[in-house]
Amino acid sequence: MENKQYLTVDGIPVEINGEKNLLELIRKAGVQMPTFCYYSELSVYGACRMCMVENQWGGFEAACSTPPKAGMEIKTNTDKLRKYRKNILELLLANHCRDCTTCDKNSNCKLQDLAMRFKIEGVRFPNANTERKEDKSSPCIIKDSSKCILCGDCVRMCNEIQNVGAIDFAHRGSKMTISTAFDKPLAESPCVGCGQCVAVCPTGALVLHSDAEKIWKALQDKNVKTTVQIAPAVRVAIGKELGAVNGENAMGKIVTALRRMGFDEVYDTSLGADLTVMEETQEFLDRLDSGKNIPLITSCCPAWIQYAEKKHPELLPNISSCRSPMQMMASLLKKQAREKGENSFHVAIMPCTAKKFEAARHEFDVDGKPNVDAVLTTKGLIRMIKEAGILFEDLEPEAVDMPFGTVSGAGVIFGTTGGVTEAVLRRVMSEKTRAELLAIEKLGQRGTDGIKEFDLPVGEGKIHIAVVSGLANAEKVIKRMKAGEHFDFIEVMACPGGCINGGGQPFGMREDKARRTKGLYDADKLLSIRRAEENPILDDVYKNIIKDEAHELLHVHYGKH
Amino acid sequence: MLKNVQELRVYREVCKKAMDAEKKRVIICGGAGCVSKGANKVYNKLLELMQAKNVKFTVSLEKEPHGDSVRVKKSGCHGFCEVGPLVRIEPQGWLYVKVKEEDCEEIIDKTIVKGECIERLAYAENGVIYKEQKEIPFYKKQTRVSLDNCDKIDATSIEEYLARGGYTAFEKALTEMTSDQIVSEITESGLRGRGGGGFPTGRKWSQVARQKNFPKYVVCNGDEGDPGAFMDRSVMEDDPHRMLEGMIIAGIATGATEGYIYVRAEYPLAVQRLKNAIACAEELGILGDNIMGTDFSFHMHINRGAGAFVCGEGSALTASIEGKRGMPRVKPPRTVEHGLFDKPTVLNNVETYANVADIINKGSAWYKSIGTATSSGTKTFALTGNIKNAGLIEVPMGTTLREVIFDIGGGIRDGGKFKAVQIGGPSGGCLTEEHLDLPLDFDSLKKAGAIIGSGGLVVMDEKTCMVEVARFFMNFTQNESCGKCVPCREGTKRMLEILERIVAGEGRDGDIELLQELGEMISDMALCGLGKTAAGPVLSTIKYFRNEYEAHIYEKRCPAGECQKLKQIVIDPALCKGCSKCARQCPVNAISGKIKEPFTIDLNKCIRCGSCLSACPFNAIKEN
Amino acid sequence: MEQTINFEVLDQAIKDYGNEEKALIAILQRAQEHYRYLPREIFPYLAEKLDIPEARIYGVATFYENFSLERKGKYVVKVCDGTACHVRKSIPILEALRKELGLSEAKKTTDDYMFTVETVSCLGACSSAPAVMVNDEIYPTMTPDTAVALINEIKEKEANA
Repeated sequence: MENKQYLTVDGIPVEINGEKNLLELIRKAGVQMPTFCYYSELSVYGACRMCMVENQWGGFEAACSTPPKAGMEIKTNTDKLRKYRKNILELLLANHCRDCTTCDKNSNCKLQDLAMRFKIEGVRFPNANTERKEDKSSPCIIKDSSKCILCGDCVRMCNEIQNVGAIDFAHRGSKMTISTAFDKPLAESPCVGCGQCVAVCPTGALVLHSDAEKIWKALQDKNVKTTVQIAPAVRVAIGKELGAVNGENAMGKIVTALRRMGFDEVYDTSLGADLTVMEETQEFLDRLDSGKNIPLITSCCPAWIQYAEKKHPELLPNISSCRSPMQMMASLLKKQAREKGENSFHVAIMPCTAKKFEAARHEFDVDGKPNVDAVLTTKGLIRMIKEAGILFEDLEPEAVDMPFGTVSGAGVIFGTTGGVTEAVLRRVMSEKTRAELLAIEKLGQRGTDGIKEFDLPVGEGKIHIAVVSGLANAEKVIKRMKAGEHFDFIEVMACPGGCINGGGQPFGMREDKARRTKGLYDADKLLSIRRAEENPILDDVYKNIIKDEAHELLHVHYGKH
Repeated sequence: MLKNVQELRVYREVCKKAMDAEKKRVIICGGAGCVSKGANKVYNKLLELMQAKNVKFTVSLEKEPHGDSVRVKKSGCHGFCEVGPLVRIEPQGWLYVKVKEEDCEEIIDKTIVKGECIERLAYAENGVIYKEQKEIPFYKKQTRVSLDNCDKIDATSIEEYLARGGYTAFEKALTEMTSDQIVSEITESGLRGRGGGGFPTGRKWSQVARQKNFPKYVVCNGDEGDPGAFMDRSVMEDDPHRMLEGMIIAGIATGATEGYIYVRAEYPLAVQRLKNAIACAEELGILGDNIMGTDFSFHMHINRGAGAFVCGEGSALTASIEGKRGMPRVKPPRTVEHGLFDKPTVLNNVETYANVADIINKGSAWYKSIGTATSSGTKTFALTGNIKNAGLIEVPMGTTLREVIFDIGGGIRDGGKFKAVQIGGPSGGCLTEEHLDLPLDFDSLKKAGAIIGSGGLVVMDEKTCMVEVARFFMNFTQNESCGKCVPCREGTKRMLEILERIVAGEGRDGDIELLQELGEMISDMALCGLGKTAAGPVLSTIKYFRNEYEAHIYEKRCPAGECQKLKQIVIDPALCKGCSKCARQCPVNAISGKIKEPFTIDLNKCIRCGSCLSACPFNAIKEN
Repeated sequence: MEQTINFEVLDQAIKDYGNEEKALIAILQRAQEHYRYLPREIFPYLAEKLDIPEARIYGVATFYENFSLERKGKYVVKVCDGTACHVRKSIPILEALRKELGLSEAKKTTDDYMFTVETVSCLGACSSAPAVMVNDEIYPTMTPDTAVALINEIKEKEANA
């Protein structure tokens, strides 16, 4: 039998079981340490000093960076520590634009929360940041340096996980800032709008752009027909904040809420995803036949598209010409509206911040007007539901509207990493049994790894598939590709874990993300139609709406950005 | 290129012979202090005159010694910078001070040709003339180990270094000792890191030697950033091979194959000398692949700092070598395991490496015989500030402050009175009269609330305001804070704000307590060593000079009379004749009055420029 | 005075130091010596050549005191304000130089790009305190008067050149 090793946390013995640092161990003892700069996915930075603990010798150690050792006697809550933490909070507040009541992060801000927890009652130092310093240039993200506490979470996210490097630390000491090169507007930087920085920002220094006002206005306008589509990942991420079950599919309630808010027609983006499966599978098979532009790289993720445009324009021919499910859906809706001569306003509810940029891309304009008039993030939707006073948990679920009311499970799983791949596999596998569906599940596309690879035997040979999430992981695969490794199909999602962890989603810990993924797979299982091609609506859509305009409606050529 | 150690020995003998053959030497100090005071002009003048007077001379080590020609040599720093330019005459050992170009003719005619001492050029103190360098009080109490060669050799010549026994320790380590033996010799010697922390060097080396992750690195911290410190500069500029030898031995002991020297941006000469030294060592085959025919390879690189004090901190320094912002990182992992390029790394400072060769050559017992039980060996100090003999010194650990300041340093300059000595730079503290008998070693200083640091000793007299000193250091630290952790970035900024307020006469009740509160928090919470010690100067001055803080805050008075904004200018009505000269000089019309009646000054308007003081013909205006 | 940016010096530096991130500081130092500041144009160029984000290069350039994003004068006058120089009154020297050249804390370089006056935290020439460094040469035991005389000497030399 192995020897168990222990240390004590505030006198309670806790077993050491491979934990990376004291923080994790202290959590096991039932204590949640205050932190600003610690995320298990990012490298340890150790700068906020809030998680310092006292050891048995009266020394101080940062719990985030100290590995547990047997025999340690850790104290997490001493007079000195409380005093020091208050000092740190006071110092941060002294440099912080404290317009909390009108801040986007109000009641959702770590600094505010800890200031309350530690009962900071006054700040003894003059404040140099009384005015906001906002950069609103990006359609996705607002950066406000007056709220920044320099924890560096966004910098590490942007560089380590996303390999974008739009922002970094600049200057030093008390003049240090987080900045683009030469403090240029975010819109002129390599930013791809993935919004992962916003997700990890503990304060209001990075927040999302909101189009809520524009949407309210359209909803109030009697001459405008308002349509809305809901992306797969939204339905499993909304519940926790609105009092429903965390991770459970809340699609029905969302539909009801949207109708209450005044939307005329409510649709599911999963239908757009079903179309994507059809188009992309065909494209893939064609390319395999011709041997041209292999590997095929997926195109659903707008942050990935921007990344490719900015860093790897040479890969654009490999990227699928398919529009994203959001844009396919919007194409159909707007085509119908045009044909009926309706004045329509189309809203897409997305887990994503980069979709705001995608919606505004002129490649999708028809007669100078966008197909998607506004993108609302999951967080934005939650805010609007709250604003409308709708008691979400009490709502009776409703179904989406016809004629696009039926979706397949293949379209629903688009919201998680590996979903697109699995949907395409379901389409290409010739055998159409339930057993085959179970077999496909196990091929290797599922799971939380950032890079998943597997071979699929096809005829005499095999095709090599990679499923990637997180742009730094994408970069790794690109490097390998350039070094000569062969890939046939690559799915890329910019956000780690896919859209369930999108920049527009409420912040989720690892456990929340797992619940969201499970929610999507559960929803898939509950649907009777699980393959895109089996969706009976598609026939009608192709025959009566798309007709011979598949190229114009469902595909796109990205030329510029 | 020498093929093996036998060839190296032979070559060293040749060099030794050549040096021994030099009968007469004139050594001009080429240290930064003397050069800035005109040493190069003296050197050139001597050569010019000797040529004109047909006195035979050589300027470099001649392998074929000829006759009795005079060797004229520009060496490194002699340490006694205060009275430079310095010229030493050998074999007599006479030291001439404050030598000017005009003195050169006499030096040649009398000293070189006739062998007479020119007493007016010799150093005199309290009426005593000291002809010989070794008799001068400044030198008498010193023990030079790491600085031993500095005033003796031409730093650009590897031959002179060899002639003084250079690279014998390298030779021994490479061919006669195992890695374990080297490490235990260093461990036994009790050598502790000279950069500030005082970590046992042997323990560090053994931890790196144990690692199985290759390649390993040897890094030298030459980012001597403490204001008031220039010891490492001297070693790098004046005896670069001593440092290289120490680093190569560290490589042999730990299995490292690459050396990196990080040199402060402000030391261009050090970079030049080190580059030259590396090139010479490569040429002889002391650096490179398969050194001396063994399977040991070692390559040396130089990185120039780009102006960031924080890079003196180990992990910030390695980050800087890696091309990044010099921000310290959290530990663990430690540098010995994950250092430069994430590989096991020996990181020591210049002076530490400079001690290595002598320990290997003379043994750990010899080294331990110098210094104290827990701090063996010597320590170099840069003696500056309001001291008579400013300069560079090396004394055994445990020498008292009194010996250093009064015996070696000659006491306070211009007849002033000793008030405090700042030790350890911005990380250190201020010590007072009561600490003068404190032995200078790692542990005694720590107990007194200061640290040995890299060895800057700035002496202050009674005209120095201790609050202003604290403000000065806080300003420095605040400027140099990397900005990473909250305590240092925000805490020092607020401490500086408070100190600025106090010296400007706007101090408030509670400021001292707030300074202490922040200072203690920073000391316990900051991320790196520099942050943890940032509050040292403030806390130690509050501890020992609280009354000065109180005078500033509660009486709006600077006891030392240094704080400009607290100066008060008064017109003595008994002496003022009402001539109005002062009022006419005043740039802000702060002085008014009726002619032939005493004038008055409005202190709210007065900007303390002092124009009125010099304008008054009756000495009626005074400043206090 | 417009300067056209010639990247040859960067190409040479990349050749000498390599195209990895660890070469960045040495390359920037070379650029600083050549242009006497770091022109904005070199950032995207280096970002591409070294394959590191421009924001990171900007971060490094603004971290170290020796890099300047603004053009400096032909003569960079550094007044040492290390402890030793400070206690031997270096600040009056700085003030005298600024007054003489019409400079200030905010304005560090003269309009003709002849002089830049700045402070340095220590030159390591403490025995010569207070010290001033002009380009690479150290001038010992300065006073406000000798510092101004030094400036005038340089001005005269430049006028006759």
